[in-house]
Amino acid sequence: MSELTRLSAADLAGRIHAREVTSVQVTQACLDRIAAVDPAVRAFVHLDAQAALAVAAQVDDKLRRGDPPASPLAGVPVALKDVFTTLDMPTTCGSRTLRGWRPPYDATVTRRLRDAGVVIVGKTNMDEFAMGSSTENSAYGPTHNPWDLDRVPGGSGGGSAAAVAAFEVPLAVGTDTGGSIRQPSAMTGTVGVKPTYGGVSRYGLVAFSSSLDQGGPVARTVLDAALLHEVIGGYDALDSTSIDAPVPPVVHAARAGATADLAGLRVGVVREFRGDGYQPGVLRAFDVAVSRLSELGAQVVEVSCPSFDYALPAYYLIAPSECSSNLARFDGMRYGLRLGDDGTRSAEEVMSLTREAGFGPEVKRRIMLGTYALSAGYYDAYYGQAQKVRTLIIRDFAAAFERVDVLVSPTTPTTAFALGERVDDPLAMYLSDLCTIPADLAGNAALSVPAGLSDEDGLPVGLQVMAPAMADDRAYRVAAAYEVARDAADGGPLTHRVPGIEVVGEALC
Amino acid sequence: MPTISRDEVAHLARLARLAVTDEELDLFAGQLEVILTSVARVGEVAAADIPPTSHAVGLTDVFRADVPRPGLTQQQALLGAYATEGGRFRVPRILDEA
Repeated sequence: MSELTRLSAADLAGRIHAREVTSVQVTQACLDRIAAVDPAVRAFVHLDAQAALAVAAQVDDKLRRGDPPASPLAGVPVALKDVFTTLDMPTTCGSRTLRGWRPPYDATVTRRLRDAGVVIVGKTNMDEFAMGSSTENSAYGPTHNPWDLDRVPGGSGGGSAAAVAAFEVPLAVGTDTGGSIRQPSAMTGTVGVKPTYGGVSRYGLVAFSSSLDQGGPVARTVLDAALLHEVIGGYDALDSTSIDAPVPPVVHAARAGATADLAGLRVGVVREFRGDGYQPGVLRAFDVAVSRLSELGAQVVEVSCPSFDYALPAYYLIAPSECSSNLARFDGMRYGLRLGDDGTRSAEEVMSLTREAGFGPEVKRRIMLGTYALSAGYYDAYYGQAQKVRTLIIRDFAAAFERVDVLVSPTTPTTAFALGERVDDPLAMYLSDLCTIPADLAGNAALSVPAGLSDEDGLPVGLQVMAPAMADDRAYRVAAAYEVARDAADGGPLTHRVPGIEVVGEALC
Repeated sequence: MPTISRDEVAHLARLARLAVTDEELDLFAGQLEVILTSVARVGEVAAADIPPTSHAVGLTDVFRADVPRPGLTQQQALLGAYATEGGRFRVPRILDEA
């Protein structure tokens, strides 16, 4: 493995901008690493080596001419979850229905990466339309966890998390609706951030659950995540739910946090997020992480958020309801798959045949679940009640943030589970989103930072840090301080302990 | 306790325009039953005096100046079409002949 692929995005950018190394060399190192390990990891569904190298060469040319870098990440390679539209690459959302679809426009996130001189090397695998917790619901096959290839990388953004964990790219973009950035990050030992809802534009992010979907960064360090956050974040007139305010100062917070303690910071441990269903090794790693926060000077107290117990059922009503409406657009009429158009069948018959063949089982389950929850006669008992639970969760957060500055919990109840273990048991699959969902329902900022390994299986554990809306910088500050203390105690970054990858099989693209 | 029959699943599939198979009806009826029984717990907590939240951030109407701005060209809009005719999407007949 080239040493370049081991470096952080911040280091790479510094060396590229100082012209000690070229963006072409860095991009080529990533492409070589992808060629070497992706047949085993299967993180990418689309790669465009030539286009990536061309963008890298442009960045190098500009720097050679003496132009300032277009952004702090100019020249650094990134992978994009295949749910963001890209003019020059297919956008499949992990679905058969969009196989080979070339969108006629770039997502705002895509455009901001391009404008920043960031090198998009390819698109990453995901659960179909971001519905899933293991990346096994992709029509293109599952992604494997770099820590143990027989295990899932989490989901829905398992491709983005695995690509970063396997040193294929230093950075990736994911999306979080019920935990799809943070949960895979916890399971792959990476940093994953769900910004405040409205912090990153949803324009060109293929919608699953519009009131919850939020793009955000995946990285190997807290500072790298912050750098990417500032590139993709900020107001966008093309998204009517975009927040018209400056991006919280997350890069400053990440830098300041890494050089300071947490004296005076009040940390609340969520009482509801432990007990039955929590893997003992996860809880032990979490408790060690909390004691590090205390050692850094934080005042740690237990906080009860009773409505969080109802977040999971509320989520699995609200998200399917919105999905049943959003996915109505895949009707086989204007783009995407069309089947059975033989000149005799009606549009409605063609639509039903197309959707039946184009969607996988989990998407069909959620569409039907949402259709049920929104039906006359069931609406009040299901969708209506779920919306009230959402109010209670927002109130629990508000009450908690009067007492503490941030809330912490394990990011996931268990470490990465085995491929195939939960595919036939939807409810067991849903449980892995238990701790991440409340922040999605309330819209506030939350992140997962690696918190060591679970002692019984040697797999990564995530520490979740939740902050109020638009206080994303506060979560970064805590995570950055914790990261330094963790590495000092462990003798080096967790991500560098990922085992070597034995390559068998073929890449997805 | 919600119970969801095979016929109800077939009805939902029709509403959602999914031509599900017989095997799927059996599979989904069982799975939806389990999921609905679990999510029905939302009924335990929320009382009448709690307002519903549809969105995490307070949504207000967003306005912009009423000036034209470029959109997709006809050619771009048709780029992903399965079939076109005369510069338009060609779709199956929308009415049954009966």
